[in-house]
Amino acid sequence: MSTTATPPASSAETAPGRGMRFTGWASNYVDERTSASTAVKALGRKIFPDHWSFMLGEVALYSFIVILLSGTFLTFFFDPSMTEVEYSGSYVPLQGIPMSVAYHSALDISFEIRGGLLMRQVHHWAALLFVAAIGLHMLRVFFTGAFRKPREFNWVIGFLLFVMAMALGFTGYSLPDDLLSGNGLRIIDGMIKAVPVAGAWISYLLFGDEFPGTDIIPRLYVLHIMLLPAITIALIGIHMVLLIVNKHTQFAAPGRTNDNVVGAPVLPAFAAKAGGFFFIVFGVIVLIASFFTINPIWNYGPYDPSPVSAGTQPDWYIGFADGALRLIPPNLDFVDPLGYTWAFGVLIPLVGLLVFLAAVALYPFFEAWVTGDRREHHIAERPRNAPVRTAIGAAGITFYAALWAAASSDIIATHFRLSIEGVIHALQFATVVGPFIAFFITKRVCLALQRKDREIALHGFESGRVVRLPGGEYIEVHEQLDDFERWRLVSFDEYQPLMIRPNDQGKITVSQRVRAGLSRWFFEDRIAPVTMNELESQKH
Amino acid sequence: MAEAHDSAHGGETPGTAVAQQQDHSAPAPAVAVVRSDRFPNPGFPPERLRVTDLDPKKEKQAERTISALFFLSIIGSVFAVAAYILFPIDNLDPSTIRLNNMFLGIGITLGLLGVGIGAVHWSKALMHGHELVEERHPTRGSDESRERAVEIFREANAESGFTRRSLVRNTLIGAVIATPIPAIALFRDLAPAKDPVALLKHTMWDTGVRLARDPSGTPIKASEVTIGSAFHVIPEGLAELEYHRLEEKAKAAVLLMRLPVDELNEDPAKADWSYDGIVAYSKICTHVGCPVALYEQQTHHLLCPCHQSQFDVADHCKVIFGPAARPLPQLPITVDDEGYLVAQSDFTEPVGPSFWERAL
Ligand code: HEM
Ligand code: FES
Repeated sequence: MSTTATPPASSAETAPGRGMRFTGWASNYVDERTSASTAVKALGRKIFPDHWSFMLGEVALYSFIVILLSGTFLTFFFDPSMTEVEYSGSYVPLQGIPMSVAYHSALDISFEIRGGLLMRQVHHWAALLFVAAIGLHMLRVFFTGAFRKPREFNWVIGFLLFVMAMALGFTGYSLPDDLLSGNGLRIIDGMIKAVPVAGAWISYLLFGDEFPGTDIIPRLYVLHIMLLPAITIALIGIHMVLLIVNKHTQFAAPGRTNDNVVGAPVLPAFAAKAGGFFFIVFGVIVLIASFFTINPIWNYGPYDPSPVSAGTQPDWYIGFADGALRLIPPNLDFVDPLGYTWAFGVLIPLVGLLVFLAAVALYPFFEAWVTGDRREHHIAERPRNAPVRTAIGAAGITFYAALWAAASSDIIATHFRLSIEGVIHALQFATVVGPFIAFFITKRVCLALQRKDREIALHGFESGRVVRLPGGEYIEVHEQLDDFERWRLVSFDEYQPLMIRPNDQGKITVSQRVRAGLSRWFFEDRIAPVTMNELESQKH
Repeated sequence: MAEAHDSAHGGETPGTAVAQQQDHSAPAPAVAVVRSDRFPNPGFPPERLRVTDLDPKKEKQAERTISALFFLSIIGSVFAVAAYILFPIDNLDPSTIRLNNMFLGIGITLGLLGVGIGAVHWSKALMHGHELVEERHPTRGSDESRERAVEIFREANAESGFTRRSLVRNTLIGAVIATPIPAIALFRDLAPAKDPVALLKHTMWDTGVRLARDPSGTPIKASEVTIGSAFHVIPEGLAELEYHRLEEKAKAAVLLMRLPVDELNEDPAKADWSYDGIVAYSKICTHVGCPVALYEQQTHHLLCPCHQSQFDVADHCKVIFGPAARPLPQLPITVDDEGYLVAQSDFTEPVGPSFWERAL
């Protein structure tokens, strides 16, 4: 290794001045009471590798902090009561209209309090960014195999954070008690009622009465500003501790191995960059909030179970659930011989979504079982080098995207002048068949890319320089890679499918067969990395 | 562990081999293929220096840029406070809200971005630029600590008799499981002591209740309902309710439409539920409860804006598209002596989304 953990001391050594003396005194004061130097010693020079895709998790973390700050500001002014009052604020179109105190106070935050609208918009934009960043971060972890041992727990915690983000977003969206948020709750109420046996009761207890009742907003408020944030903060804490224990993954590059971490130390470079990046994320959110309106609740009016609201959309991250509801064919209610109603039209999408989410949460354990791989992995794989996993991911994305598009089926139909029926049927097809197509194509593309890598590793790349041979023939000169460039293309593992082996009693169990079958499915098509001998023989 | 690392990088196993795990519980070993002639890790490439490392002038310049950014940040924050004062919200002029929002936002943005971009630039351009290397160690605890952990549990078990005193242990487990039960019971009073199912099966509609306009509450005469028109309807008296107005409305909202009698395909059993081509249907979608409020006069289809369920008014509001579970329930209507439309009774089936006890 060419570098060491201690860089040469900077030449500009300063004699301890007054400031230094104070810092020394203060550090000593604190350390004698907390042993803080131990933590600084352990963490102060921890190494963080650099790659743009590693910033996604940071964006999520920073936008969460922005959410906490802006949300706390909002709590000082927001009143979640559902008591009915007449609007008396300055927004003329709503004056005299009966509404809940919650809606009134959200309007007041927007119209009577300087900076209130800005904070509402900061909060909402940050929430959208937060969920988006978590989602992309999950995709990064998935496609680079960074969920593999020893990081499976952190995958599950990250998944829970994603669920928390959606729950926080939905409860927050409901708080202003405007027409849209009330409609959202109405849909939740309808879904809960479909739950076999206890649905009507769960809805009744949740709403404290028949829908809508006067309890739901205060209850969601407690969830939104206390319970769910507390759980989220706890999960983020565990996520960070595990990150420190497991250390960061890194992409394969010259000098980087499964046994080291290469990058910048926390103090000073990483801390400055990450701290600065927090301010940038915060700044960009405020910038967006200063110019772009989000959730103009004053346009929607207070909640009322009767008026229309065509073409309205939930926040983007709820879209896939809404879309799932839309894709179901009509008349699926089934009354069993005892007279109880099975609302399959709602239950099928509900169960489908739960299965999808469970599959996401448990994928690392599935892959570990199928591959039989029990080693620690610290090198982030290039997606092409794990074709089946990448293809599974693409299938999952396609499924999610089809559901998500379905949530805008009406807008797609009106915008492109299609019939709503046509759009729904196409999306039904995309939801069911699309994932298979995506799987197939992605796997082929990955294998093709791997072949191309092999090709380049063996024959070099086209230099763009064309020369004329003595015989008059023109060829393009291929330039060989140097060792460092080649390493990126050849440093990956090749796997063989598991073999079926009898167990101690000499039997081959069904689960063994399934496992071997899946393992074959995972690894039967594979491309081996170029070896030295191959390159040697190629040259002659 | 040694094999594990070997098989990933820099292993010295001769020939083509299959790296195996020493793991007796696993039914089959991990199988990463290891070849002896694979490329070794070439080590770190020669370092590339930054312009700020090479040129002291550039370094000075970067320093100046960074402090300029921090200075800009201070200006932004001060500007934000100034904007707070200089752009107050004038209740009579809605555009002041926009200005307040914008200028305050610009100030805060500058304050934040100045710090952020400055710090990142400092880190990238001036701070020690070499990459450092830290060794990784297997995540599992050392053999020593694992042995000690096992021993601690053994000692704790011996001292407490946790496995030996099985009666004590089992009753403890039972007791701990039972303690949360009161907490569950405590939540019963989240809702009043009524049967929600009974509530779901009744609405405000009753014999002789007049159909009134939503939201004004003025009753509707049959003669006012021209062919092709549609009314959003609530029961008379709903608008004046002091208590439970929205809850009642969420069940009782109705759509009233008049179709040419010959286009209306009526169920003989329900032939007298309409009046002169005027029909009333629940407005609460049988999917998950949104208001089905888009009426297409030519096709006499009703469309639910939430998930695009479509109902055919001419044909008992049966579902012709979308996820809805059932036709919209029909409200039997007639006219009273003064010519106002009235309900003959409540709905004869529960309105809105399906629930378990719905059909009973
Ligand atoms: C990841 C966490 C969170 C997410 C995704 C989130 C999301 C949301 C959303 C989408 C709204 C609707 C805003 C609107 O357009 O009016 C909202 C409202 C609100 N949130 Fe949050 N929130 C989160 C955490 C918090 C926290 C921690 C607090 C308090 C400390 C908070 C306090 C509030 C308040 C008071 C409102 C209602 C104010 C209003 O609507 O004007 N939120 N939240
Ligand atoms: S609520 Fe009407 S279609 Fe879903």
